[in-house]
Amino acid sequence: MSAAAKAPEPEDFRALFDPAGVVVAGASTHPGKFGFVCLHNILASGYAGRVFATNRDGSPVLGHPTLRSLDELPEGAADLIFVCTPASANVELLRTAAAKGIRAAFLASAGYGEAGEEGQRAQAELVALGAELGILIVGPNGQGVVSTPSKLCAQIVAPYPPAGRIGVASQSGNFVSSFLNWSCATGVGISRAVSCGNAAATSVADFLRFFADDDATDVALAYIEGVSDGPGVAAALTEVAARQPTVVLKGGATAGGARAAASHTGSLATDDRTFDGLCRQAGVTRAATVEEAFEAAATFATQPLPAGNRVVVLTTAGGWGVVTADAITAHRDLELATLPDDLRKRIDTLLPPRWSRNNPIDLAGGETRDTIPQVLELVAGHPDVDAVIYLGLGIQSNQARMLRDGGFHPDHGIERIVAYHERQDARFAQAAHDVSVATGKPILTATELAVAFPDNPGPATVRATGRVCYPSADRAVTALGHLWRRSRHLARRGVGTP
Amino acid sequence: MSQVDPRPPGADPARTRTLSESDSKDLLARFGIPFAPEHLVTDAAGARAAADALGVPVAAKLCGTNIAHKSERGLVRLGLSGSDAVAAATDELLAAARPDDGATGVLIAPMLRGHRELIAGIATDEQFGPTVLLGIGGVLAEAVADVTVRLVPISRIDAEEMIDDLRSQALLGEFRGEPALERDSVVDVLVGLSDAATAVPGLVSADLNPLIVSDGRAVAVDALVELTEGTHLEPAEVRS
Repeated sequence: MSAAAKAPEPEDFRALFDPAGVVVAGASTHPGKFGFVCLHNILASGYAGRVFATNRDGSPVLGHPTLRSLDELPEGAADLIFVCTPASANVELLRTAAAKGIRAAFLASAGYGEAGEEGQRAQAELVALGAELGILIVGPNGQGVVSTPSKLCAQIVAPYPPAGRIGVASQSGNFVSSFLNWSCATGVGISRAVSCGNAAATSVADFLRFFADDDATDVALAYIEGVSDGPGVAAALTEVAARQPTVVLKGGATAGGARAAASHTGSLATDDRTFDGLCRQAGVTRAATVEEAFEAAATFATQPLPAGNRVVVLTTAGGWGVVTADAITAHRDLELATLPDDLRKRIDTLLPPRWSRNNPIDLAGGETRDTIPQVLELVAGHPDVDAVIYLGLGIQSNQARMLRDGGFHPDHGIERIVAYHERQDARFAQAAHDVSVATGKPILTATELAVAFPDNPGPATVRATGRVCYPSADRAVTALGHLWRRSRHLARRGVGTP
Repeated sequence: MSQVDPRPPGADPARTRTLSESDSKDLLARFGIPFAPEHLVTDAAGARAAADALGVPVAAKLCGTNIAHKSERGLVRLGLSGSDAVAAATDELLAAARPDDGATGVLIAPMLRGHRELIAGIATDEQFGPTVLLGIGGVLAEAVADVTVRLVPISRIDAEEMIDDLRSQALLGEFRGEPALERDSVVDVLVGLSDAATAVPGLVSADLNPLIVSDGRAVAVDALVELTEGTHLEPAEVRS
């Protein structure tokens, strides 16, 4: 946040995320231009408010009539202006916008702080103008804003994600796209997403504060690069993470070490370790990669927090279970649960005698006995178990797919067995969700079929329940570790669950 | 920090000065950081008396306001086991002092027994301000880089979690006949450092290197405090 700008008000954010009307300034008839693409994305994504566009020649764009000048805009008809015009035109544009009752401006225009001294002057002028006019300035040099409660896709890039509970704020527009692409892939949806561009007047920290207040958002997901206001960022992260799960991916995490200092402490306290420490004391979930960050946020949005760290692995095949048990054992904070005797005895009645009788629970073909939902219920329901990772979902349906496509379907009894396998995998996936809801404990499913064959009824049903089917057990373990760390952070500090 | 800037007008905050080991310890001890009992002496006779009082073996270190890297310069003598050896070492150290060391004497300290060394301290981050650090210490500290950092101020919970952060947990349990680390002793050190960073304006960095784990408790055997040039400490804050 720039020192010149006051902290934005919730009402300013409403104009940005839930505007009654939007104007695209600088709409173009050329389908390669930002001013075309942005208008297209707004019109294509089902935004219900009024849409206006300005075009120098007054030419219709995408069959949509345009205004020659913003002066022609009816007063009070729009709350948000999406600016694609050159920097030199924007001061006058924003003055007119304010006079028409517009409260928020997203600037895609380049030529500001990233463009030398002159650009920096223009950017400072922009910030001051926003404060003078009472307009929330977002950007410049940003890719846009998405808000699923208003079906608003005012951005110059794809995609428009499914609706959900994750709020995204990023210092890099490309990371917004990455997170939204993962949202499309997993089906775990987005509430708001914004690319802060140069963050001249409104920073990632400002958006995180808004997300904590926002009824549509349960989880914050941020990409942070350079930090120009350390104490401000530290205060925002601390305040926000106390109120909702906050996942941060930070660029520029390596190097930064060995600064000149008289002390050993000074050379050991690198930038990265300092930021890491801030995250730990604030309860912020710090992720190392894009997919880890998205999956952590998606897991917070769709799974209950575990009350402890004892994990049981349930698998239909031995090897996966062993490797996953290794990953849990190697994890700093998770523990492979010891299978309690009473639980073992009860599972004996449900599985073939050759089952592993240990954690990981190798179901030893339990799926053919149709008892997987009951085993899941017993395991997750046991007081000595805090979380479950379930592997092997979808194998039979994968064979069913091959039988269906192999040229012999539907004869030779194939049709019946295909339908059976697909029904069973859907049932098991549904059970993982239902048992998790009933017990209030996280149950994570993992299989590479989620990416290899996403239509497989196993992972497809997981997606239909609103949860993530993790592409590998390791990624499920990592996500579960993030849940547990947050749960423990809150419990140790006497903060209630969010 | 909310304190009024105590620096005299015109002082350059980018320039810093260091306190002597003995003044550094006096300053940090006020915040509950445990140090071994030791004596600052100015001649061989004083050194003999100190060694008698502490019991041998002892260590002798040149103490001055401007000596940052004592070990590298051979200004630390360890395991001196007779009063003649203590007296001789003291004479040698005083003779080795350079004019710009700002030497104030020789510190005679008991030899602490412990296989394990930690490092703790305060560093000022350009972006985030003062931080507290804990790591595995000793000569390999920088290569091993098993280190964790928090922003000032920290709570006791934060301090406990810093100990948990260290990867070398096996070093913190029972180790080669020594008892497990009493974690509270490290928590006291870390919270004390955080308190010092909050309370002392102009404190840029502090090193406790090493903190020796002796009979399970962390005890600082060396200290180096760096202050902004022109920082004026209240008389109560420094003995000298």
